[in-house]
Amino acid sequence: MTRYLIIGAGVAGISAAEAIRSVDQSGDITLLYDDADGYYSRPGLAYYLTNEVPEKQLYAFQEDDFHRLRLQRLHASVRRIRPSEHKIELNDGRLLPYDRLLIATGAAATPAKAPGVELQGVVKLDSLEDARRILKLSRKAHSAVVVGGGITALELVEALRAQRVQVHYFLRGDRYWANVLDETESRIVEHRLKEEGVQIHYQTELAEINGKNGQATGVRTVDNRQLRCEIVAVAIGVQPRKALAEASGLKVDRGVWVDEFLRTRTAGGGALPGGEALPDVYAAGDVAQVYDPLAGKAVIDSLWGPARQQGYTAGLNMSGQTRAYRKSAPFNVTRLAGLTTTIIGAVGGRETDADLLEVARGESETWRQIPDAIAAQADFDVNRLRVLVGKQNLVGAIVMGDQTLSQAVHHLVAEQADITPIREQLIHPNRPLGDILAGFWADWRQQHGAK
Amino acid sequence: MNLKDLFKAAAVENKRRQVVVQGQVVPESSRCVQCGICSFHCPIGIDVRRHAWQGTPVKDSHCLTCGECVTRCPRGVLRFEKSSIFEG
Ligand SMILES: Cc1cc2nc3c(=O)[nH]c(=O)nc-3n(C[C@H](O)[C@H](O)[C@H](O)COP(=O)(O)OP(=O)(O)OC[C@H]3O[C@@H](n4cnc5c(N)ncnc54)[C@H](O)[C@@H]3O)c2cc1C
Repeated sequence: MTRYLIIGAGVAGISAAEAIRSVDQSGDITLLYDDADGYYSRPGLAYYLTNEVPEKQLYAFQEDDFHRLRLQRLHASVRRIRPSEHKIELNDGRLLPYDRLLIATGAAATPAKAPGVELQGVVKLDSLEDARRILKLSRKAHSAVVVGGGITALELVEALRAQRVQVHYFLRGDRYWANVLDETESRIVEHRLKEEGVQIHYQTELAEINGKNGQATGVRTVDNRQLRCEIVAVAIGVQPRKALAEASGLKVDRGVWVDEFLRTRTAGGGALPGGEALPDVYAAGDVAQVYDPLAGKAVIDSLWGPARQQGYTAGLNMSGQTRAYRKSAPFNVTRLAGLTTTIIGAVGGRETDADLLEVARGESETWRQIPDAIAAQADFDVNRLRVLVGKQNLVGAIVMGDQTLSQAVHHLVAEQADITPIREQLIHPNRPLGDILAGFWADWRQQHGAK
Repeated sequence: MNLKDLFKAAAVENKRRQVVVQGQVVPESSRCVQCGICSFHCPIGIDVRRHAWQGTPVKDSHCLTCGECVTRCPRGVLRFEKSSIFEG
């Protein structure tokens, strides 16, 4: 009987367990996790914080589901892997043997560097426990400062607004999310935030968090302004939780390095033979650094969809199948200042983003790629559509507001549809971009039998 | 059953008949992040999220196709699709 150990009860770990069970009915599968709340919808935390969904609802798996998959669960923290002995070492010193191991440890928020980050009231948004803390603090707080960029920063802004906390949003640069959004899109978001009563402070950097009796009471900016607040929310990026792999002699770059079968490698040197494949140790999800044909290099995503797919593929391979993971165009639907926004493929602006140190939650590094493509855009009221037109296909798109075309452009980008017949029309200014794409999609879909 | 309830029941039944002709709720799994808003708002407690995870249409014969889940989903995972009444 094969013993499978999965480190991480996020979507990658859960999907791997499902895949293993679909192939191996008798194997022993154990899921280990250091987050006491187990498996829940991490993206759902944003909706929990805006009171749209109760906490209980975030648990997508019930006892029945774990039972059906015959998953054993162990709330424990893993310290090290001993690949040559096929064992893992828990923080409490226990050793557990495995035949196949998956590292699906996810990512964690990058802490701010400013003095005072240890004070009560300084928060991040990684876990359900973090969300609970934010809600608790919000009950007593008057105002908050949010630092950072990308989706999570805005989720924090929205969460705090929903809890009736006055919000000051610090941007280091001149605009929001400059390496993914173009200037118009940034301004649309900023305008809406201001309308909601959020105070945006441009070119403002946090220098220090002040406190009294261990509790945050305010911040000082680099240009020496003081602001009173009881909450400082930080979202400057996430980092793969790779310490475990590093400590175990695995090849680690920015994330845990995997090949197309999601197998890890040794780092070389030390007790382990140099740079060899570790056939029984796999990695998947936010922690893994995976080759992306669209970007032409191995990238880091912090996205639910790829984490699920990678987990599933790793699970199949762990149970004896041979399945290569093919990364498709990264995609997310999110809300930016209340405006539903779909981001697909490579859409990068030419600027860097001073607010994010790493990739952020719900983001792919691929989005930041500056595509070799021409941008075509259409604006109507607060709705905006921007497609990046490559030589033969669409390489990326942003749909803001009205989502009628979201699915169409998602499929056209992801499936690399040959857009030669409409290319000239798309890049010609003042053409009805939406209509052209909608018409093309209808035909393409019929011809290709897409759903 | 009073008159009001009778009307209500008739309306529901009517809607259900339309459904047979009109269609069913179909998920696009790759867009779903399992937040659970769909299941939370289903007036008759169908676990729509489970369908989204498995990529299966909501074929529950009790589904009213009221559209609550379709409109509440913040990520455009769900849509109505015409289903043939001749389908198994
Ligand atoms: C607020 C928020 C909003 C988001 N929004 C979106 C969105 O809109 N769209 C989107 O696509 N993605 C979004 N994401 C990202 C998405 O949730 C992640 O990509 C996804 O959860 C990654 O899954 P994973 O299984 O790789 O890791 P995780 O879900 O992070 O799970 C990691 C698991 O590993 C365990 N673990 C880690 N280290 C150890 C150890 N040493 N020992 C034992 N256990 C360990 C943890 O306890 C946990 O169970 C969001 C995330 C957050 C936090």
